[in-house]
Amino acid sequence: MEQQKTEKKRSRSRKGYVKYFRKKLIWFVLTLIIAVALNFILPRLMPGDPVQAMTGKLVAGTTSNTIAKEMYERYAEEFGTNKPLFQQFFIYVGNVMKGNFGLSFSEYPRPVSDVVNSAVWWTVCLQIPAIIFSWIIGNLLGAVAAYRKKVWDKAVMPFTLFLSAIPAFAMAVILFVIFAVTLKWAPISGGYAYDMIPPAINSFGDFFAKFPQIMKLIGSVLEHYQLPFWSIVLISIGGQAVGMRSMSIYELNADYVKYSRFMGIKDRKIVRYVFRNAMLPQVTGLTMSIGTSVGGSLVAETIFSYPGLGSAMLKAVTSSDYPVISATTLIITIMVLICSLMLDVIYAVIDPRVKAAQFD
Amino acid sequence: MRHMIRNVFHSPKFVWGFGIFVFILIFCIVYPLFNPGNPLEMLQVGGFAAPGTYVNVYDTVAADINKEETLKIKFRLPGADEKRLESVLSADDRNTMLKFLAKVGVDTSEVDVEDLDQLLELWEKYFDPTSQPKGITRADWNKYKRINNAINRISSTDRRSVSEKDQDGQMAAVGDFSSIDYVSVDEVANHITLPLGTDNFGRDMLKELVSATLTSVEMGFIAGTVATIIGLLFGLLAGYVGGVLDDIITFITNLFTVIPGFVLLILISFSIGQEQRGVTTVALVIGLTGWTWTARSVRSQVISLRNRDHVNLSKLSGHSLFRIILSDILPYIMSYVVMAFILQVSSGILSEAQLSLLGLGPKSTETPTLGLMMNWSMLYKAHTSGYWWAYFPIILTIAGVSFSLNLMNTGLDQVFNPALRD
Repeated sequence: MEQQKTEKKRSRSRKGYVKYFRKKLIWFVLTLIIAVALNFILPRLMPGDPVQAMTGKLVAGTTSNTIAKEMYERYAEEFGTNKPLFQQFFIYVGNVMKGNFGLSFSEYPRPVSDVVNSAVWWTVCLQIPAIIFSWIIGNLLGAVAAYRKKVWDKAVMPFTLFLSAIPAFAMAVILFVIFAVTLKWAPISGGYAYDMIPPAINSFGDFFAKFPQIMKLIGSVLEHYQLPFWSIVLISIGGQAVGMRSMSIYELNADYVKYSRFMGIKDRKIVRYVFRNAMLPQVTGLTMSIGTSVGGSLVAETIFSYPGLGSAMLKAVTSSDYPVISATTLIITIMVLICSLMLDVIYAVIDPRVKAAQFD
Repeated sequence: MRHMIRNVFHSPKFVWGFGIFVFILIFCIVYPLFNPGNPLEMLQVGGFAAPGTYVNVYDTVAADINKEETLKIKFRLPGADEKRLESVLSADDRNTMLKFLAKVGVDTSEVDVEDLDQLLELWEKYFDPTSQPKGITRADWNKYKRINNAINRISSTDRRSVSEKDQDGQMAAVGDFSSIDYVSVDEVANHITLPLGTDNFGRDMLKELVSATLTSVEMGFIAGTVATIIGLLFGLLAGYVGGVLDDIITFITNLFTVIPGFVLLILISFSIGQEQRGVTTVALVIGLTGWTWTARSVRSQVISLRNRDHVNLSKLSGHSLFRIILSDILPYIMSYVVMAFILQVSSGILSEAQLSLLGLGPKSTETPTLGLMMNWSMLYKAHTSGYWWAYFPIILTIAGVSFSLNLMNTGLDQVFNPALRD
């Protein structure tokens, strides 16, 4: 009897998960399609021949007429501008699926996928740890401020709030001037020292042979990592802390807390419940704010000439390199979508309501 | 209503935020009245002049020579000579002097480079320009001699003369001055005070900054208004009408919450092209991509209001949808809308700055914005070269404006959500 009951419960919880994940996955695919469509349609909404407009901007940059002509023909063919719009869209989607974003205008004939590929990992490795770290610290701070009040609420919170009013790029400039220019604790620019060349590793033997070189490179990378990392962390802590503080105060005043206190449950235990409950909206909040914060962090990258997507985008904009802009924006969107999908999965794991199939 | 406003102004956070914001605005409006002119006028030929008052050298000399009466006034200011010496002998020069003293056998461990009197005393005692001690290279000796000449020139009480070439090509003195002569700045025809120096194009930074702040705040207001109107409209329709309309609007809202608005902003701005990107256009585009938050919060507020008694009563009385929304729903959510609007203004200003930093800001030839100024200072490497006045005031202004707006928002939040009060 008892076993049957747990069996039933388990199958119900599995059903809850399946339903939740199916819903989230459909949502992910749908947003992805629309994001790709927007990425395709927005630049084409401008009047005139898009290829002409794209290559026209570019002619100013190149010295050779033949290259410009070659590019025009190549793009006209690749985009199929003479075909109807929906057919162009399928050509575009087909190309994107194959990872073919065309060739860069400014670094012709380097493929765009190559440009993006060399930048995307820098950005991923910078932003994801920074977001996770600032989320944890911010939530701890907010929770402590809500529970302890006093100094935390009067001094630490307003200070982080002030920090969060500083835009990411401004924080980047301030850190840059203090630590890189004045104190010379951190390097001026780039992802690693400019005199280092990442060693080519083709086999295990290579790895051991070049081990010191690799360690030196990693050291240099970490050195260059500090300022971009902290500039993102410092500005995002405040927002998280404020949200967590409000949620915690709200939860601390909830009936179940009063009831538990009357029951004589230890404060420590109550606090654990409170913060677990307050944390859930914070995960949802992160899902929604990730898109906004990524934009700011990308701009902060450019201040440090960090070799990520932000710098790639800046370079593409200044040289009117349309294919690179299109590819970077698409990659950023996809990255944000994947992040929110992952956060949804995490949410399902920590929120008991999803398991109980009462979601919805 | 009046009660509510009074309540709001009792919140210290709101008052502080409001005060800072209004102060910045008033300063930006009033300053051009005292210092009129085109903020983008290039005053300086080079670029990046440090803050300070610049006095025309030619006019300073001419002011005295060309007038019948002498304008010179003699002052004996205490410490004038020391100041003059300090301004000429840089830290490098002093260290060079110290090095010389060490070479001729002085125990330099007790000599303080900052103590100019002691240093000069030793210098006078040991330095003889006529005899070059052994073990000193020619280059070093020339350096020492240059420093010695500079010291002698400053210490001497001789008068200096201003000469002009006459018809025969001979230099003839037309005036003279000594080290205690002063001319009032008012008598000098041309002088300019640049409280924040000039930027890379040689423009007056403060004048530019003041104009840029106004433009950026204006852009923030346009973007905030557009975003709030769209968000309010969508939120009201979705929340109050519900049904299929709610589903569609919620879908669109969720969609644009996960697709980063910044990416859309970049795509649209790039597509519009450099020529069409005016201040208003960029502000509109920012507003068009930033309405989702408002729509979301308005919708959830409206849903909680939809089934209140007073709304049902209105419905039973046969009031139109428009009237119900206007008189039974809007007044209840107004505080949220105002708070959302303030945040939208703040994020609009930030978006403009970020967009401009990527080179996608408004067309740069007509009006400066905070983002464009930041972009120029970064492009011309003000931050790596130590020209703090070219970027720090901009950062301070952006942070000040957005901090004051956030403070206003937090203050309002505490007034309207009593649970959050301290």
